Amino acid sequence: MTPIIEVNQLCKTFDRFNAVNNLSFTVNQGDIFGFLGENGAGKSTTIRMLLTLIQPTSGSIQLFGASLQQNRKSILQRVGAVIEKPDLYKYLSAYENLNLFAKMSGLKLPKDTLMQQLDLVGLAERSHSKVKTFSQGMKQRLGIAVALVHDPQLIILDEPTNGLDPQGIVDIRNLINRLSQERGKTILVSSHLLSEIELIANRLLIIHKGEKIVEGSVKNLLDPAETIVKIETSDNQTAFKLIKNEQQFENAEWNENEIHIKMHKNETAFLIRFLTEKNIDIFSVKHVNSLEDYFLNLTKSDTHV
Amino acid sequence: MFSLLQIELFKISRRPRTYIAFAAITAIVLIFQFAFKADGESYMNLMLQNVQDSFDLDKSKAINGYFMCYIILNTLLVQVPILVTLIAGDAISGEANMGTLRLMLTKPYSRSQILFVKFLAALLFTVILLIWIAILSLFVSLLLFGADDMLIFRVKGDESQILQISKDDVLWRYFAAFGYAAVALTVIATLGILLSVFAENSIGPIVATVCIVLFFTIVSNINVPIIDKHVKPWLFTSYMVGWKGFFYIGIDNEGQPIKGSIENWPAIRNSLLILIAHVVTFLGIAFYSFQKKDILS
Repeated sequence: MTPIIEVNQLCKTFDRFNAVNNLSFTVNQGDIFGFLGENGAGKSTTIRMLLTLIQPTSGSIQLFGASLQQNRKSILQRVGAVIEKPDLYKYLSAYENLNLFAKMSGLKLPKDTLMQQLDLVGLAERSHSKVKTFSQGMKQRLGIAVALVHDPQLIILDEPTNGLDPQGIVDIRNLINRLSQERGKTILVSSHLLSEIELIANRLLIIHKGEKIVEGSVKNLLDPAETIVKIETSDNQTAFKLIKNEQQFENAEWNENEIHIKMHKNETAFLIRFLTEKNIDIFSVKHVNSLEDYFLNLTKSDTHV
Repeated sequence: MFSLLQIELFKISRRPRTYIAFAAITAIVLIFQFAFKADGESYMNLMLQNVQDSFDLDKSKAINGYFMCYIILNTLLVQVPILVTLIAGDAISGEANMGTLRLMLTKPYSRSQILFVKFLAALLFTVILLIWIAILSLFVSLLLFGADDMLIFRVKGDESQILQISKDDVLWRYFAAFGYAAVALTVIATLGILLSVFAENSIGPIVATVCIVLFFTIVSNINVPIIDKHVKPWLFTSYMVGWKGFFYIGIDNEGQPIKGSIENWPAIRNSLLILIAHVVTFLGIAFYSFQKKDILS
C-alpha cells in the first residue's frame, strides 16, 4: 500500500485552544478514507492544514511521499478539494466557474471536456445558469466538479453531504464510489453523518476534541461479529478490575459508570460465566455494533481506545 | 501568473459593482459639463469677484475644455478614492465572504502571487478609471468647450492668485497630473487591499478605508499652524492633491509665466516619493499578514 497522506503528531493551537492535538494517521492509495468526528472535533482544521490553508503549530504532513510545506505547489496540483459549502462565484455560470478554476489549475480545457465534467455531476443542462440560481445540492455538485477538473489523484471532501436532501446524499455517495472504483482516486471524506461513512469508506479515523480516538479499516472496526459490550453489574468497579486483569478483555474501558468491552460476540457467554463465578451479579448486557453507536460510545467520554 | 491576472480581470469585469464607478463618474462629469454650458458665466463671476478690478479677463474664453477638466478633477479626485475602494476593499475579503478564497488558495499559486495579482488588478482598475475620467473630463470637455489658455485660481498664503497657462502648454500637465493621481489612488487601493486581508466580508474594509480617507482628508484641510506642522506631514491625504502642482506654473522676475515650467518640482517629487513609500508599506504589511493568515472562512 502506497501512503498518499501521512500525518505525524499534527497540532494546531488557536490562542490557548488545542483544535488538533498530536494527530497521526495515514491514508493509502485507493482508500476511501472516512474522517469522523462531531462538529468542532477538529476535522475541518485538519483538512485545512492538509490544504495549506492553516499553518500547523507543530507536526508534519507528507502528501505523495513529499513534505507539504516544501513542495506545496507540486503537491496541490495533484489534489482536489471541496471544503465545507463550496460557495462559488455566484455571478458566474456553472460553466464559467468550472472554466475559471481549470485555468487556475493551469489548464485550458476544451468546451467538450468541461461539459463532460458537468455531466459527471449532473449539471450539464444547467451549465449556463448562474450559480446564484442553484440549490445547495447543485452547488455541492458543482464544487465537486471544480475539485475534479484538473483530474487530481487525491480528492478531499469536507462534509460533502452537508445541507443536501436524501436524494442529494445518495447522488454524492454514488459519485464518490464511482470516482474510487472507475477512476482509482484516493478520497478523504469527512462527515458527521456516520451512516454515510459506513456505506462508502474502507478505512476510517475518528477524532474527538482534536485527538485521534481510533483508526483502522471499517471492516475490522465494524466486524459484525465484533461488538462493544456494555455491561452493568451489582459492583461495576470490582467487575471492571476483574475483567481488566483477564487478557482477552484487557481493552475494557471504564465509561461513566459503565464497563465497555470490545470483543467477539461468542465471548459473551464466557464473560457472563466469568463474572458469575466471581460472585458478581449481572443486571444487563448490551451489544452495540453500528458505527453510530460505536462512535457515540467512543466520543462521549474522554477516554480513548 | 498572467493567466491569474486575466482571471482576476474577468471576475472584476463580470461584477455589477465595477460599473457603479464608471456610471457615477459619467453622471457627475456630464452634470458639470451641462451646468457650465448652461450657466458657466455665473460661476466665473463668483470666482472673479475679488480680483476683477485687478485683471481684465475675457470670461467667455476662460471657460474652456482645459479649465473645465481642472474644475471637474478638483471635485472628482475626492470622490474617486471611494470608488477605487469598492474594488480594492473587496479584493481578499470578498473572496473570503463568498467562500472562494479557500478554493483559490488550494490552487498551485503562492499566496504572494495571488495577492500581487489582486494588487495588479486593483491598479489596472484604477488606471482604467482614470483614463475614463480623462476621456470624459478632458477630451469631451475640449469637444464641448474648445481649447484656450487655462486659468488657475489659487490661494497662496493670504493672497488670491490667477495663473494663466498658454493652451499649448497644458496638455502635458494633464498627463502628468493623471500619472500623479494614479499613484495617489494606488495608495488608497493598497490601503483597501491591506484592510481586506484582515476581514471576511467586504463591507468592513470598504467602510474602514473610506472612513480613514475621509477623516485624513478633513484633517488635511484644517488650516491651523499646529496641524500644518505636526499632523499633516504624517497623513498621506496631504499629498494626494499634489497633482495640482503641475498647474502651478513658474513665473519669471517680471511676473510672466515661464512656458513648460513648474513652480515647485521638488515638492511634487517629494510628495510622490512619500505616496510610493505608503504603497510599499501597505503592500508589505498586506503580504506579511496574508502569508501568516489562517484561512478560517
